[in-house]
Amino acid sequence: MKKPLIKIENLVTRFGDHVVHDGVNLTIYEGEIYGILGGSGSGKTTILREIIMLHEPTAGKVNVLGHDLYSASHEEKQRLRNHWGVLFQFGALFTSLTIAENIAVKLKEYTHISDSLVEDIIATKLEMVGLDLSVATLYPSELSGGMVKRAALARALAMDPKLLFLDEPTSGLDPISAEQFDNLIVQLKNLLGLTIVMVTHDIDSIFTVVDRMAVLGDKKVVAEGTIEEVVQIDHPFIHQFFGGNRAMIRRKHGK
Amino acid sequence: MKLKPSQLQEFVKFSSTQEGSILFLSGEWTLQNIPEIEKKLKNVHEIKHLSRKIILDVSGITMIDTAGMLYFLEKRETLRKRAAKKRDIVVRGVRENGEFLKMFKLIKKHKTGKALPQTVVRHPFVAFFESVGRHFFNILNSMLLFLDFTGRTYEAFLRDLFHFSFRFREISNIVKKAGITALPIIGITTFLIGVVIAFQSAVQLQQYGANIFIVEIVSIAIARELSPIITSIVVAGRSGSAYTAQLGAMKITEELDAMSVMGFDIFRFLIVPRSVALIIVLPLLIFFGDIVGILGGMMVAKFQLGITPTSFIDRLQEVFSMRHFYAGLIKGPFFAATIAAIGCFRGLQVTRDTESIGRQTTISVVNSIFMVIIIDAVFSIIFTELGI
Repeated sequence: MKKPLIKIENLVTRFGDHVVHDGVNLTIYEGEIYGILGGSGSGKTTILREIIMLHEPTAGKVNVLGHDLYSASHEEKQRLRNHWGVLFQFGALFTSLTIAENIAVKLKEYTHISDSLVEDIIATKLEMVGLDLSVATLYPSELSGGMVKRAALARALAMDPKLLFLDEPTSGLDPISAEQFDNLIVQLKNLLGLTIVMVTHDIDSIFTVVDRMAVLGDKKVVAEGTIEEVVQIDHPFIHQFFGGNRAMIRRKHGK
Repeated sequence: MKLKPSQLQEFVKFSSTQEGSILFLSGEWTLQNIPEIEKKLKNVHEIKHLSRKIILDVSGITMIDTAGMLYFLEKRETLRKRAAKKRDIVVRGVRENGEFLKMFKLIKKHKTGKALPQTVVRHPFVAFFESVGRHFFNILNSMLLFLDFTGRTYEAFLRDLFHFSFRFREISNIVKKAGITALPIIGITTFLIGVVIAFQSAVQLQQYGANIFIVEIVSIAIARELSPIITSIVVAGRSGSAYTAQLGAMKITEELDAMSVMGFDIFRFLIVPRSVALIIVLPLLIFFGDIVGILGGMMVAKFQLGITPTSFIDRLQEVFSMRHFYAGLIKGPFFAATIAAIGCFRGLQVTRDTESIGRQTTISVVNSIFMVIIIDAVFSIIFTELGI
């Protein structure tokens, strides 16, 4: 039996009168790549933001690594934040810092290790995400979109987190870079034993990378499980999503 | 897995045997624990009689992350350098420790051994000249860019003028934002300036019994100089900075590019309306400032010098010639054009990093206030020479 790392129970989110989630339940286990899927406006990113404590849900429980997020103390929350890394959709690198400084920022703030070790860590993480060391002294504005994502991933990995959150990691990348990025994510998961939660609607990523997934629709989770389990479920959104041309081609050719 | 507090973990144990010095490494070699491990290892370094053969036994390490492994490799390297011959350092227990082996392989694969590129540090003497040169060229460059900018703005303005195709909706919107909503703050500042001027002069005038001259002092000072200057400074701080921030944010989010692509000339759509609106609104604000400022003076005259508002206004009509009023008002459009041009220009100078918005906004306000004062001085000279 795998250990559940994240458990969401009866989550309700409301923005004014607009109900986004009405009783969402999902469980994410250790060591898996978990996809959160859904159409535009179904509240995928909102769920992610609620798990990483950027947005407080209206009601419900979010339990991460055995801590109930919205009753935890300030210190507990700070400690939790050091256990995960987040890759934002557009990287969200600090534009006034170089790439090396971006990766080092948490190391410098939260640990007391020598500068030479920090440099070693930066170099290793850059190498892991497939960036050349020469980008270390560049600023984010001098990098291409794909490189920014890789650098942001290196920053998310800087503290050796157990949990990695990715918000649409392949959006805005060309198909080749997107595939490389997908491979990179799987590789890193295997190497570092990460648990990865990703919000995505990239059909290729869903078939090749994601182990288990939750499909959001009608303010609830309409399906949860592996791709084989999910496509069996009879729901208009699932028909639409997995019945489209691009998905059909994928399904014919398998993984 | 329950984490043990790092204080309770041993990490490093030293023992000396026939075989050589053995360091038993144990516990969780993770990022958080490195400072603690460092302390323990320091003690070992101080042991004088490390024998020629040092054995690192890693079988006790229960958990290791990338930082821990990099640290381990770094330490092994330092020990190696201290030892006379390389073969004197032996790592033992790797095979039994799957966790360690996995991480070791991972790091071996990704550790390049190359150093990160460093930024070049120059000699202070060279650096000084470099920065002087750089500044000079930056100033020269931004002057040229500003000329280019004013040229383009003027071209767009003339085109609008010929076709009479000003974007009136946009202009009226900005007139409202930069003008009507600015009335309270401009009212308060000019009123207080009127009060202050009147107070300062009242004390002196009383000494000579020349109380009634307060009217000339307040009205001429306010209308000719103070109202135009104060109003312009407030507008530069309120609207000039807002223009810079707006255009800067639009540049970062590529909205300006989107507009250009759609064929919306940003000079015609954004900059001309802002300039025209400010040129319309600033003289009006100056006029408003004149009235409120003189009102402030009138109040002080009443309470400090006992001059009734009726006699104040009588005297005002007698001594205040309209040329003072016009001399103040005519500066308005010039100040407005300067503030709008600098505000918009600085907004366009914003680069892709967020810090530059703040920097350009500061420069924009400082530059426009400075330019307003310079232009005011030029006007003073012209008016004096012409006897206005």
